[in-house]
Amino acid sequence: MMRFLLLFSRQGKLRLQKWFMAFSDRDKKKIIRDVTQMVLVRPPKSCNFLQWRDLKIVYRRYASLYFCCGLEQGDNELLTLELLHRYVELLDQYFGNVCELDIIFNFEKAYFILDEFIIGGEVQETSKASVAKSMEEADSLQETMEEYLNKPTY
Amino acid sequence: MALKIVKGSIDRMFDKNLQDLVRGIRNHKEDEAKYISTCIDEIKQELKQDNIAVKANAVCKLTYLQMLGYDVSWAAFNIVEVMSSSKFTYKRIGYLAASQCFHEGTDVIMLTTNQIRKDLSSPNQYDTGVALTGLSCFVTPDLARDLANDIMTLMSHTKPYIRKKAVLIMYKVFLKYPESLRPAFPRLKEKLEDPDPGVQSAAVNVICELARRNPKNYLSLAPLFFKLMTSSTNNWVLIKIIKLFGALTPLEPRLGKKLIEPLTNLIHSTSAMSLLYECVNTVIAVLISLSSGMPNHSASIQLCVQKLRILIEDSDQNLKYLGLLAMSKILKTHPKSVQSHKDLILQCLDDKDESIRLRALDLLYGMVSKKNLMEIVKKLMLHVDKAEGTTYRDELLTKIIDICSQSNFQYITNFEWYISILVELTRLEGTRHGHLIASQMLDVAIRVKAIRGFAVAQMATLLDNAHLLTGNTQRNGICEVLYAAAWICGEFSEHLEDPMQTLEAMLRPKVATLPGHIQAVYVQNAAKLFATVLRKHDGETESQAAQETSQLLIDRLPLFVQSANLEVQERASCILQLVKYIQKLQQKNVEVAEEVTALFAGELNPVAPKAQKKVPIPEGLDLDAWINEPPSGSESEDEKPKAVFAKEEPKHSRSRHTEVDEKELARRREVRKQEQASNPFYIKASPSSQKVYDAPGVEHIPVVQIDLSVPLKVPGMPMSDQYLKLEEERRQKEKAERKKKEKKKKREKRGKERKADSGPESEEDITPAHQVDIVTEEMPENALPSDDDDKDPNDPHKALDIDLDKYVPHCRHLQFIHVLHIVMCRNEFFSKTEIYDFKVVVSVIFENKSDSFLKAMEFNVLDSLNSKLQRPEGAGAHDSLTVPFQLPPGVSNEARFVFSVQSIVMPQKLKGTLTFIVKSDESSTHEKLDFKLHFTCTSYLITTPCYSDAYAKLLESGDLKGSSLRLEGINMPFHHLLARICFHHHFSVVERIDSCASMYSRSIQGHHVCLLVKTTVSIDAKCDEPSLLGNVLDEIKQTFSKC
Repeated sequence: MMRFLLLFSRQGKLRLQKWFMAFSDRDKKKIIRDVTQMVLVRPPKSCNFLQWRDLKIVYRRYASLYFCCGLEQGDNELLTLELLHRYVELLDQYFGNVCELDIIFNFEKAYFILDEFIIGGEVQETSKASVAKSMEEADSLQETMEEYLNKPTY
Repeated sequence: MALKIVKGSIDRMFDKNLQDLVRGIRNHKEDEAKYISTCIDEIKQELKQDNIAVKANAVCKLTYLQMLGYDVSWAAFNIVEVMSSSKFTYKRIGYLAASQCFHEGTDVIMLTTNQIRKDLSSPNQYDTGVALTGLSCFVTPDLARDLANDIMTLMSHTKPYIRKKAVLIMYKVFLKYPESLRPAFPRLKEKLEDPDPGVQSAAVNVICELARRNPKNYLSLAPLFFKLMTSSTNNWVLIKIIKLFGALTPLEPRLGKKLIEPLTNLIHSTSAMSLLYECVNTVIAVLISLSSGMPNHSASIQLCVQKLRILIEDSDQNLKYLGLLAMSKILKTHPKSVQSHKDLILQCLDDKDESIRLRALDLLYGMVSKKNLMEIVKKLMLHVDKAEGTTYRDELLTKIIDICSQSNFQYITNFEWYISILVELTRLEGTRHGHLIASQMLDVAIRVKAIRGFAVAQMATLLDNAHLLTGNTQRNGICEVLYAAAWICGEFSEHLEDPMQTLEAMLRPKVATLPGHIQAVYVQNAAKLFATVLRKHDGETESQAAQETSQLLIDRLPLFVQSANLEVQERASCILQLVKYIQKLQQKNVEVAEEVTALFAGELNPVAPKAQKKVPIPEGLDLDAWINEPPSGSESEDEKPKAVFAKEEPKHSRSRHTEVDEKELARRREVRKQEQASNPFYIKASPSSQKVYDAPGVEHIPVVQIDLSVPLKVPGMPMSDQYLKLEEERRQKEKAERKKKEKKKKREKRGKERKADSGPESEEDITPAHQVDIVTEEMPENALPSDDDDKDPNDPHKALDIDLDKYVPHCRHLQFIHVLHIVMCRNEFFSKTEIYDFKVVVSVIFENKSDSFLKAMEFNVLDSLNSKLQRPEGAGAHDSLTVPFQLPPGVSNEARFVFSVQSIVMPQKLKGTLTFIVKSDESSTHEKLDFKLHFTCTSYLITTPCYSDAYAKLLESGDLKGSSLRLEGINMPFHHLLARICFHHHFSVVERIDSCASMYSRSIQGHHVCLLVKTTVSIDAKCDEPSLLGNVLDEIKQTFSKC
């Protein structure tokens, strides 16, 4: 089972965090700090796996963003790499040629896509088309920004 | 899109949306914290509004700030408000915020239960979906308990979208509220055959996770999964199923056998590396669980190793890494198959990637043998030279030491080589592991006697070149090595060629810059060297050299006397005074060498870590007793013995305890003296003849001299290489000689049998260069080596875990081993009437050796007058006890039965039966197994140490009755005989004088048993209970009749 997923920039700025298990805030901060430091110093063309405490860390860099997972000992690293890749594909499909800024400015959408893809640290939907469909339907339920702006503020 | 429209309308304060916040933060790089604190103030204002849209916007911004590390727990209630909005837009944001910010400690969570329940049953599947997703992040035990039923219903929802989410959430619910597993499991199992592949895969995921933690409950699902595995084409699902099998196979070897074939097929056919990797891993797990007895075993291992080799050879670093990782799993059980790929693994040490190099290093540890150790270490040494970055180099260093020192230096054939490796390692710059090298040097020098001469010479060179080690940086970790060097040179100074020179090196002014603890060792060992120098010049009249040495010490030591380090100062001034005194004597031409040497006489032996625990507590010493009784409380007034004084006078209870009369004092002094006399650690006036366990004939092992004319440093070639060469030559030579001998033999037994060609040198053929006696660690006298030291001291059965009285009745189905534990629980109530009631705990190990399932086992024993099986209250005297478990094939388990025993003077044999049902696929039959439980008298004896004076008193007292025994036809060394009696019958040796030994033991009821064993193999025995003695002697006789 996946324990957490982190997205962070080359400068070590966190862009997205998802915890699939309960961690205390202190632990979260420590994990974020340790893991980003460890991953950022890795030279290019190294392997994508690291051992950190009792967890396997699997990471992959896409453009300026690092996607990074914490796995339990029994989990399959290669499968997780595929999973990260699938998530990037989903983001790409939703935003259309996704870049870091898309995720910064629409971070809640990035979370919603992730929620449709992985739940509680397990994959729930492997088909890109189904994820796209449910995102679209859910979005259609959401009011548009115009509607929101036309509402009285008080 | 909508962003652009917003741009123009930021004038309204409450309209700063998420995008504006993000942009604002990016524009205020210099004063980010200040900007955010104003934003948080704004958000607080927004949250006070009644408009839900504004609130949701604020909560969305907070979620972003939470990610940046700001505390937003104060807004938890507002998040709940947004969650309960009826609009999906806001609900979605509310649940997202909750899933990011809530945790088990968040108290508003309990307010959400009803809202979540409402959302779960919403007609809109996305409302339900959002609630489920949120729940997966913040579910608490309370929520799990309250919502388990609702989620269970959702597992059968009409829409697969909800079903698969519900199935996955169930796992989280199980974790928080385990009671829900039982009712939910049937439905979960149903989902394995759901028409929707997504739901199916979700169910596989959940069961796989459950089974990894608790495999035995899921064995029954194996056939279903097997079907799924052979039919599914979805790699995600396949990987999970194969992983699940990996967890199940250790419990059910037959499953493993069945799996091998489909798995190997998959390995051959699949193109997905992740699937291949999973298959290989599971095959490895299967092969580990099938310890033996598989014909095509080696073929599968070969296939795995081959595939892994392909992975390791791949240019993809990830595959290389995983290949090495999986190899290390194989290595544990099948080292031979991995060892043949040594070349490949050594290559990986050159990899650019550090994590790959580290994995390769891990593998090397398990791959060394006597034959290849030197070669591998040589390769590693090359890497040490090349390595960039101290962390990796330090890692290499520790690995080299680990590899060499593993299992008590098992693989080292030439310790001179090892010492020179250690010396070479000291040349590493900036390593943190100086102390590690130092402890290895000390360990080898102390425990391998044959190497001391060589080690001392090397250490002397180190000391001489100390300036190279310490360099400019004083805080260099490597200078720890000097600690070891100085100690070795001092302690084994008799091997030094030129002690004077070493002494000079140890007293250089530069030494004062070393850390204090090292200086202290320097000073102390300088004194030892001084003694050696004096002894060397002993007998020479008017020895100039000896006096010069004294002068050298007197000149140099004052520097250390001024040291800021207390230890150094103290030792230096002590030794300085001593040397001054010696100098005076020397000037009067008095022979001093012998006396000075006497200061350091005797050898320091390594002591086993367990030794302290094994020191027997002297008789009469009660460690738990109060030395001064604690001041009594007010209640103790009431408990005062009433009969002591006829007229009770009011007294201060406190003074009563401090007052001790003369007689009592004298008595205590006497007791203390006795204790001291029997305490091996108390230094007595005259040296006692404490015996030391010395390994037989250590001194007489011949030591092959290695020609030391090899210069210690060869330009351009590290020294250890010299040894590598020498060693190779030596092995060649030996091999040649052996062949010659073999040929001779062959000629002798010509034609009788054809010996297989020795082929590649096997492990056993390599003999060490010199007979190396690894000095065993010392244990206190009479301490028997035992394995139980590591047992949990809290185990109630440990205290009197007396005998492993093995009695193994065999049966087709069941193996039955019983182990006798005696637990002394003297019943206080009965103790007045001198009737003891002892509980004997018998551990019975049931092992099912058949292929069928055994259940309904019932254990019964025919009670005797003396021994009774303890049955639960209300049960009849002949009722049998149910064994509280069932046995699947091949499984063993242990049950404990309690017996009460009244008299221990006679051995007991109890007859019993075990009934059980054998259940196979077709039928079930009732079977019966008869057994006997044998309680020997020996098992009631406890090894109790006794000191000779107490022993003598005991014999003189005349309370004991004698008996004797002659053992015929025993021809074993006397100490073996004694050891056997000690081991099998729980005696301890009190004293051994030439041809006889006195031994002692005590029964759990306090009977003394004394033996006098003579080399003529007769035993005179005394005991206060003649029948017990007779039985013990019979049992001793029986022990020796067996051999």
